[in-house]
Amino acid sequence: MHMADALVSPAVGGTLWAASATMIAYCSSRVRKNLDERKVPLMGALGAFVFAAQMINFTIPATGSSGHLGGGLLLAILLGPHAAFLTIASVLMVQALFFADGGLLALGCNTINLGAFPAFIAYPLIYKNLVGRKTCQSRMVMAGIIAAVVGLQLGSLGVVLQTVVSGVSALPFNTFLLLMQPIHLAIGVVEGVVTVLIVSFIYRARPEVLESVLQDKPPAELPVRPLLAVLLVSALLIGGGLSWFASDSPDGLEWSIAKITGSGELPETDHKGHKQLAAIQEKTALLPGYSLPAETRDGHDPTPTTSEERFGTSLAGIVGGTLTLAFCLLIGIFLKKRAHSHRIQASR
Amino acid sequence: MLAIDGSFLDFKQLDLLAMRQTAIHRLDPRAKVLTTLLFIICVVSFGRYEISAMLPFLIYPMVLMTVGDLPGGYLLRKILIVIPFALVIGIFNPVFDRQVIMQLGPFEIWGGWISCMSILMRAILTTSVALILVAVTGFPATCEALEKLGMPKVFTVQLLFLYRYIFVLTDESVRTSRARQLRTFGRRGLGIRQFGSMIGHLLLRTWNRAERIHMAMLARGFSGEFHTTHRQSRFGREEIVFMGGWITFFALFRVYNAPQLLGRLFTGTMP
Repeated sequence: MHMADALVSPAVGGTLWAASATMIAYCSSRVRKNLDERKVPLMGALGAFVFAAQMINFTIPATGSSGHLGGGLLLAILLGPHAAFLTIASVLMVQALFFADGGLLALGCNTINLGAFPAFIAYPLIYKNLVGRKTCQSRMVMAGIIAAVVGLQLGSLGVVLQTVVSGVSALPFNTFLLLMQPIHLAIGVVEGVVTVLIVSFIYRARPEVLESVLQDKPPAELPVRPLLAVLLVSALLIGGGLSWFASDSPDGLEWSIAKITGSGELPETDHKGHKQLAAIQEKTALLPGYSLPAETRDGHDPTPTTSEERFGTSLAGIVGGTLTLAFCLLIGIFLKKRAHSHRIQASR
Repeated sequence: MLAIDGSFLDFKQLDLLAMRQTAIHRLDPRAKVLTTLLFIICVVSFGRYEISAMLPFLIYPMVLMTVGDLPGGYLLRKILIVIPFALVIGIFNPVFDRQVIMQLGPFEIWGGWISCMSILMRAILTTSVALILVAVTGFPATCEALEKLGMPKVFTVQLLFLYRYIFVLTDESVRTSRARQLRTFGRRGLGIRQFGSMIGHLLLRTWNRAERIHMAMLARGFSGEFHTTHRQSRFGREEIVFMGGWITFFALFRVYNAPQLLGRLFTGTMP
């Protein structure tokens, strides 16, 4: 699953190199500020442990094929997100240098795919929320499997996107996706099971190892309400006001299609499925083309005046902005409610 | 994954090669790291159908190998192990790209084959250069170079700890794996529960060991960073010549397709 230099373009490789270098710098400063010094030798030791553990294979029960531990989620559970990210990055660097497993330029891509997704998404958003304060076996198993699956799916999606955007391989996006995702779904399930096996072993043998991470206090509460208010007002301003100045010239995609095919949009196909979906879209679109539909008004004036056209676009901007914000708020509330209910359950 | 014994021995071998004393080994690590990175960026920036233009770039790894006195067979073996992973993706190119690009007499060659060969070429160039970098620089010196180029200190300390622990832990891993193998009587492994328990024990031993070692280091005055520069590292005349020379070479052969020019020269002057 490591990206090789041979399949990456300088733009993709360079951008992700810069992104992961920034993340390494950020995590390093977090580790230096927050954590006690005992953790750095521990990070090195656990990195070497993951290295060594990856060399031992196990047979997967039903299939008879063998697999090995990935380690990203395990490190996140044992060390917390920031330290785990640094550890994974260091393991990947050693693999790239000593075993040529993953290219030097592709190191940035691999750090994001195999480090950022498990440490910053799978662990804090999924595993921690699902497990909460209780560490009962069944909940841990479920949380571990789901977190590992999500982490690996995001990682393999990253590989597919980076390969396709680089343009060196001729694999089309859909085919590559269909190849990678199912395989990594299976790998994710196995990874989750193995991770949870190890974690529950540790929990039985030396629970204080896990306690220190579970006690991790969340970062100081950001002032959420003023932040949300600012976001809402800016979305309204941008959607409402700035959209007046939205250009009528074709956007990048329309421009390139026009250059290639000679017309502004792709020609309509005769495919039945396409036609049915297009019909549904026409019926449900409230604001086609980002302005008020001409049919809903009197009908005797097909070309809208400038102020009315502006109103239509502003309306679309405001409606779109509000819907997006509402969606984000819903996700936030949902996640907060889960954590809250877990906390209530745990304190009973 | 590679067989556990073999890959572990390889690891040590690369480390030993880095301790040799040749002109390349004596260069400041920053020069070598930067030149290697620029090499990779140049190679990777070629268009997908370029093959001949990349051939002159083979000179860089070859020169480093010969001047650095590195065993060619050993490096070739390591490269051959890793190439298939890139080829697995590259082999799909002829499937999806059937546009005829070249014609050699009666043979029509699909674009897909050309881009597949290009991927192979890239893989050879980039992996050889990565291995050679470690073989002539060594891991601690590479970390030092990266730190001087801006890598955070915490990450450097983490890398150096990792490097030291890897030898210890892979030793244990080899012993554990062999013990399991001897108790398996023909089947592969002892099942997944046993694996969990094995790895769990390894983890606990690692954890205890890390604490002990950290206490020992603190008792001997460890203050948060390793002082490994026993060698004066300076960016002097040799480094500037090395970097300047190779960068000019890369730029020149990136812009001008030398093999094609050469070929045209020959076929032009032939009767």
